[in-house]
Amino acid sequence: VACAVGSNVRRKDGDAKVTGAAKYIDDLTFPGMLYGATIRSTFPRGPISARRISLAPDFVVADHRDIPGQNYVALIETDQPCLAVDDVRHVAEPILLVAHAEKQALLDVERHVSLDFSPAAPNYDPETSDFCFKRISIDKGDIDRGLRDSQVVIEGEYRTGHQEQLYIETNGVIAVPGDGEMTVYGSLQCPYYVHKALVVAMNLPPGRVRVIQTETGGGFGGKEEYPSMLACHAAILARKAGRPVKMIYDRVEDLIATTKRHPSIVRHRTGLTRDGRLTAMDIDVVMDGGAYATLSAVVLSRGVIHAAGPYRCDHVRIRGRAMMTNTPPNGAFRGFGAPQTQFAVEAHMDRIAEQLGIDPVRLREINALKPGDTTATGQSLGNDASALPVLREAVKRSDFKKKRRQLKGTNRGIGLSLFFHGSGFTGGGEVKLASTASLELTATGPRILVASTEIGQGTRTMHAQIVADALGIPFDAVEVGEVDTAFVPDSGPTVASRTCMIVGKLLERCARDMRKRLGTLTPAQYFRAHGSFTVTAQYEPPPGLQWDDDRYAGDAYGSYAWSCNVVELEVDPITFEVTPIRITAVAEIGKAIHPMMALGQIEGGTAQGMGYALTEEVVMQDGRMANAQLTNYIIPTPMDAAPIDVAILERPYAYGPFGAKGVGEMPIDGPAPAVINALRHCGYDVRSIPATPERLLASRT
Amino acid sequence: MRIIVNGKRMIVRAHPMKRLLDVLREDCGLTGTKEGCGEGECGACTVLVDGLAVDSCLVPAAHAEGRKVMTIEGVSQTRTGKALQNAFVEHGGAQCGICTPGMILAAAPLKSGASLNDIKTALAGNLCRCTGYPAILRSVDAALNGPPRRSILAKAGKKKVRRAGAR
Repeated sequence: VACAVGSNVRRKDGDAKVTGAAKYIDDLTFPGMLYGATIRSTFPRGPISARRISLAPDFVVADHRDIPGQNYVALIETDQPCLAVDDVRHVAEPILLVAHAEKQALLDVERHVSLDFSPAAPNYDPETSDFCFKRISIDKGDIDRGLRDSQVVIEGEYRTGHQEQLYIETNGVIAVPGDGEMTVYGSLQCPYYVHKALVVAMNLPPGRVRVIQTETGGGFGGKEEYPSMLACHAAILARKAGRPVKMIYDRVEDLIATTKRHPSIVRHRTGLTRDGRLTAMDIDVVMDGGAYATLSAVVLSRGVIHAAGPYRCDHVRIRGRAMMTNTPPNGAFRGFGAPQTQFAVEAHMDRIAEQLGIDPVRLREINALKPGDTTATGQSLGNDASALPVLREAVKRSDFKKKRRQLKGTNRGIGLSLFFHGSGFTGGGEVKLASTASLELTATGPRILVASTEIGQGTRTMHAQIVADALGIPFDAVEVGEVDTAFVPDSGPTVASRTCMIVGKLLERCARDMRKRLGTLTPAQYFRAHGSFTVTAQYEPPPGLQWDDDRYAGDAYGSYAWSCNVVELEVDPITFEVTPIRITAVAEIGKAIHPMMALGQIEGGTAQGMGYALTEEVVMQDGRMANAQLTNYIIPTPMDAAPIDVAILERPYAYGPFGAKGVGEMPIDGPAPAVINALRHCGYDVRSIPATPERLLASRT
Repeated sequence: MRIIVNGKRMIVRAHPMKRLLDVLREDCGLTGTKEGCGEGECGACTVLVDGLAVDSCLVPAAHAEGRKVMTIEGVSQTRTGKALQNAFVEHGGAQCGICTPGMILAAAPLKSGASLNDIKTALAGNLCRCTGYPAILRSVDAALNGPPRRSILAKAGKKKVRRAGAR
């Protein structure tokens, strides 16, 4: 009897984690292992004019000349070197690598290496940058006509800052060299991204490169692309030394050198009728990509696709550009562009409501996308489009309308945000990825073989639940294989809220194929009679899914999850400190495979969103993060945990496993605009985040 | 140095100023204690020294001379420790797991009957980036006080799964 899906089975990795038995990268050592360190640029831009190294001979030192393959971190573009050659584009750009048998010997290594730079003028402003990584245009209808048809036009500009992922386990890898081969163990989200980067930089055939994920202490996007860089560094040192090399960043290095969320500037010009119907949305999105392309093009893509919010409008023009600046490259972070653009549109909606004198709930009810409506890219939505159900449920649960009246004029405010998030890679991304997943019948039962990583979100458990029910066997009878590129197929990266909806669906298909082959036998009976076999499934788009990458139009995602946040908060009128009083989060995510883990994603993502809204400020000084410590980069603590009321609604998506959609990223899209709208309700006109006391002081209306 | 680690007398040959964290991980082979920041902000390295929660990244090993140190590997020796470990699995308190040993050690000195405020205060020096804390608070409360009972904690993470119509 199928029963694992939808129940809170005991998570596969739980006991190892609570007993300290789980092995993270820093818990591993190898015989003869060295420790590696990175020497980085101290200037944001310009040529390296001299290098002087005075290290004892027992240090291994490597620079770009020690790279056997091509000197770039293979991802989308080829612009980012593993190690700088002549020029640097940002502070903390890696230039030299050093390894030694004693960890302590590396502590003052920078005293023995001196690098001179001929500083050139850096640029930190994406709007004046002369180099664009990517431009995207979305056009729906005729923007001029939409503006002509409007009775009111309302404009606004909204800004967001960097945000650090702040996984509690810093980035780290160990490279183990072999005879013409390289194995890398590490804390990472995307083993095949790392594999590809190593093949290019180390000039090895794919079969001679092996990547193994160790237990990973959080990722949130921060271990999507950066581990490729770090793995190349460790491999370069390991090859030169002929010994394993461990590289673990300390917190300061992790904060200074690794990727952050893209800062953004979003401008809206919106046409409406006087009774609040949207007639035109003209949106300009600028993202600060930092010094190299990394994933900026795709972050921008998800950003612009979500820029019009979950609203129906016939005439939409969206212009997006990701620009180069001389700060460390920005990259993947949960939400991937959508938190920035949905902050803007949701803050803008409350300004519209205020100017038209319409209740903010009513304004959203008038315009929210319904089944059959089309999005900004012209995607016609299915019956699981749930903007109105989540809005109504959140308004009801939070007693929003009554509180909105009662709190007016006090130092308490209440605000809401309505948002959505596409599951899976954007546009034709999933077709290009062509991910595969396998299920192997072994002596001990079916074993899942996927490259999807467990990073805390519950991959192993959720996949095993899907397989157990599709095979009709107990959850405990399903094994999950180690993520090791020598054994698992390329299921694509563990990103984009795709691990359940896309890879989970592949596993469901594998399990159903295996079931057919087993016939009436149990897995153990079949194995005894016929031995082992493996079934594999490859991604096929749902029927009718169409995407035109040239026009940026069509079905941007297989499906969307939908959510509404309500935040009630209090502002201290003397210190301008903001205290959240109560948070309501209603999320429609299709089938919740493991309700408790889905709840964990919503609660955790909401807390990250509250940090984004209020306290998490990356202070950049001369292109360098000035507050690169947990002492002054402030994430929420247990004392900041406000009561949160979560409701999960389930509208099954026909092509997701058991009807599931994605849940991981969406929760971080909504808290910031809900907070800013609550602040507006109590008299603060804030248009950029984080809403620190300094910004509040300046924004009293 | 003589240190009693998880009830076992150990003789450690290390520099007295070596961080207790490194002595536990490198000299005692107990890698369950984690480093998150190295500056006493995140609490991932929390251990008990004579029953008090400390950040082992800030404690020189010499401070532990002759004292009783408890790490995650030994916490199941106490009833509260064992209950906490189980509750963190049952109630979603552990996601990526890197903060979990520190969280469990920070909660271990709490007694049955601890209020939500007591729990928050005990965990105030421990950071988690995955859960946003409600599931950790529920886990600790369940370990100390039995299945969730008080409205305040129920509110800090009540969940209802509802079907909103068919496809």
